[in-house]
Amino acid sequence: MARPGPALVRAALGVGLILPFAAAAAITLAASFGLLPALGGQAFGLDPWVRLLDQPGLARSVGVTLLAGLLGTALALGLAFGLVFALRGREGRLARLLPPFLATPHAALAIGLAFLIAPSGWIGRALSPWATGWLTPPDWPVPQDGAGLSLALGLAVKELPFLALMMLAALPRLPVVRHLAEGATLGYGAAHAWAGLVAPELYRLVRLPVYATLAFSLSVVDMALILGPTLPPTLPVAAARWLMAPDLALYLPGLAAATLCAGLVALGFLVWWLAERVAAALLRAWLMRGQRAKGSGRVLGFAAAGAGVALALATLSLAALAVWTLAWGWRFPDAWPERLTLQGWQSAGREGIWGLAARTAALGVAASLLSVLCAIAWLEAGTRAGREGPGRIEGAVWLPLLLPQVALMFGLQVIAARAGLAGAAGAVLWGHVLYAFPYALLALAGPWRRLDPRLLQAGATLGAGPWRRLLTLRLPLLRGPLLAAAALALSVSVALYVPTLFLGAGRIATLTTEAVALASGADRRLGATYALLQAALPLLAFALAALLSRKEGA
Amino acid sequence: MKAPLLAALGFAIAAMAQATMALAATWDETLDKARGQTVYFNAWGGDERTNSFLTWADQEMQARYGVHVQQVKLSDTGEAVARVLAEKTAGQTKDGSGDLIWINGANFLSMKEKGLLYGPFVADLPNARYLDLTPGSAAATDFTIPTDGYEAPWRLAKFVLTVDSAREPNPPRSMVALAGWAAAHPGRFTHPTAANFMGATFLKQALVELAPDPRALALPPTDASYAAQTAPLWAWYDALRPNLWRKGTAFPENESALQKMLNDGEVDFAMAFDPAAAAAAVEKGLLPPTVRSYGMAGGSLGNMSFVAIPFDAAHREGAMVLANFLLDPATQAHAQDLRVLGAASVLDPAKLSPAEAAPFAALPSSPALPTAAELGATLPEPHPDWMVRLAADWAKRTAP
Repeated sequence: MARPGPALVRAALGVGLILPFAAAAAITLAASFGLLPALGGQAFGLDPWVRLLDQPGLARSVGVTLLAGLLGTALALGLAFGLVFALRGREGRLARLLPPFLATPHAALAIGLAFLIAPSGWIGRALSPWATGWLTPPDWPVPQDGAGLSLALGLAVKELPFLALMMLAALPRLPVVRHLAEGATLGYGAAHAWAGLVAPELYRLVRLPVYATLAFSLSVVDMALILGPTLPPTLPVAAARWLMAPDLALYLPGLAAATLCAGLVALGFLVWWLAERVAAALLRAWLMRGQRAKGSGRVLGFAAAGAGVALALATLSLAALAVWTLAWGWRFPDAWPERLTLQGWQSAGREGIWGLAARTAALGVAASLLSVLCAIAWLEAGTRAGREGPGRIEGAVWLPLLLPQVALMFGLQVIAARAGLAGAAGAVLWGHVLYAFPYALLALAGPWRRLDPRLLQAGATLGAGPWRRLLTLRLPLLRGPLLAAAALALSVSVALYVPTLFLGAGRIATLTTEAVALASGADRRLGATYALLQAALPLLAFALAALLSRKEGA
Repeated sequence: MKAPLLAALGFAIAAMAQATMALAATWDETLDKARGQTVYFNAWGGDERTNSFLTWADQEMQARYGVHVQQVKLSDTGEAVARVLAEKTAGQTKDGSGDLIWINGANFLSMKEKGLLYGPFVADLPNARYLDLTPGSAAATDFTIPTDGYEAPWRLAKFVLTVDSAREPNPPRSMVALAGWAAAHPGRFTHPTAANFMGATFLKQALVELAPDPRALALPPTDASYAAQTAPLWAWYDALRPNLWRKGTAFPENESALQKMLNDGEVDFAMAFDPAAAAAAVEKGLLPPTVRSYGMAGGSLGNMSFVAIPFDAAHREGAMVLANFLLDPATQAHAQDLRVLGAASVLDPAKLSPAEAAPFAALPSSPALPTAAELGATLPEPHPDWMVRLAADWAKRTAP
């Protein structure tokens, strides 16, 4: 019997949560061809593109964006492989170690990392002058180097935990033990067998997250502002800046640049896809030769060590933020502030940081609950329609993760204004659910579909209807994954900068908008205070989720 | 002949009296409508003292007029401009998201030209009587552009360099001397990117010092005048640039980032458009007590900061009450207090009563601040098109 209900639920969720992205992309695209009534440019034309090509340094912007994005993603992927290999057999521990790193917002991490790695930064101060001989810091281009290497490092540090967690989630679907045993019977060491047999299959399972990471790395704004090159900046930063330029004539090339950002992501995908082909061919050739090389062990060991360094850098970045919130008079080459003070917290308190934190948390909790509810509705609709796998439409859920935010914001702003929501809390909440939903679904879909169907069949045999099965069997059984999905959705919401700013019309302040605004201010202490609190919210959520799911096990 | 003249005069006086009464009546209406409104004030959020000042303004406005002031902290004023434009794109003509914008120069000119501002409104503000609004005066001119009542002044700004006197006790006091200093100390000086207001102001200061005929800068540049007036500037800059921090291949985003670099020891100079900025940073332990701010020997650029109302502002009345409150002599005296903002008053001292002028005389001073002699004369801003062309030209010249 056909059941229209579940199909309707999925259609409604698709219209509410996925279609806006397609529409927003179309509006930006149209505007970049001159269809922008308010500027008097109603005629179809190439004017924005001609003006974009006129911008100095455009080619270099494009080049450095591609380089940093591809390099950052490749690094994150390589380090994630190393980490997962090194801690094989201890996956549970790794799974508990990574969420805090995943939860750290990009802006907070970038602010801490920039202070850490600069020649005048914490590492330089700790080593000067006794080890380096520096009385003034050397004039080295770190961070914000012209080649985008600091940005690539920041991206690798930030994306490593995400990819490693995705791998951990995929690992149970692979016959790892059998692969390693097969390798051993052929005389291969664990590293060789893992690199040759497990890694390729694991990669196939995390391909979509890898492409999402690549899309994000090619279009990031907040991290690139803090760690990326300045002259010229990366293309997404340039696009965002032109869209905010005092000279309204720059708005047109800004729209073209926003559209070009989407093109750049497509180009990055193509390059990555070609690299996949080459890597696959090389791997085949390597396996065919059947050499018992020790190289794979060394490479994986190196990657694991790199991952350790990356996680240490992330930890030290947060520590640097924490020290800065208490610093009074901290200059090069002092390894520690002149004295510690609560002035930063006091002035932040006067500016209302606690109310702001409460508001940010409320927005995050609301966005998290709504997106988890939507994810449950989506999956339950699939279950009731008798669908086992994700189906074709679910791929569309990845759309917001594959399209650059900069390319969407103008369109989303126009949609929100048309709906009479411009600058309202509702518009921001909608935007946050739009971006948190895919992650909630991602975190929940695997455990949902792995749940033993016999449990639910038993429930049905005992006379439980679909609602009863959902509420008294499935959801309680999925308590851990539900909590993890909620924490992840909250961390996504707290980290969102560009959507909050544009959809809130700047009226809806969060810790994130304030932290980024203060990052351009002179007071590193106050900026660190906002950034640290911004990082604390999702960390708290993950800790709470871990605590509550452990209780379940007890 | 005299009788008609007197009659005309009498008529004019009567008309003025009537206008004053009408003003009072409409202002009361404005106050009535404003009560209960929340004014979204779009203002750069990078300065904690400004933010604290606006928090104070919110408390005062609530107590006096029942108007809530919510600062929308921008990292760049262009954000607010872009937002108003997006609203206009969506066909929105009322209930806009911003009510008042802290605005200056090029942003004002482009918003005024695109019809994105409400006004004229300044003449409707009772406290406008304290301003010198004669044509060409600082309070009625924004970067040589007549404000035509579309924006109200609220604070005074002036270009200063800040130096760590422990590292350089005798800093250069002209742009030519600065280039010489940089040649002797490569990598120890830089300026914010010219895409930023402060960086462009630095170039303008050099332009004003180096232009063969500074009077030409009051008019919009033609291709010929631009080439003639900027030739010495670019020759000077080409000599300076290789000696800048990172050899002039990268620049800090704004003056705040530059101030952080001064504290980090990456450079020996910072710059500001606020003579009290460095003194305030010392108070908070964000700069060493040895820093000093000073103006150029031949005078430094200075201007007034303004507030304007977007054409689609949802709370226009509240915005006007706030603009009027900012011009109140008591508010201006509070803002001029070093411990608060240290921003000089925009009011015409000659128009204040002795009682209104008294709080200004009672303000404390600080040795960390530049004296009037150290600050030097105030030079007028060039027409805003100079800044736009300078910034574009700089971007082309520094593009790799």
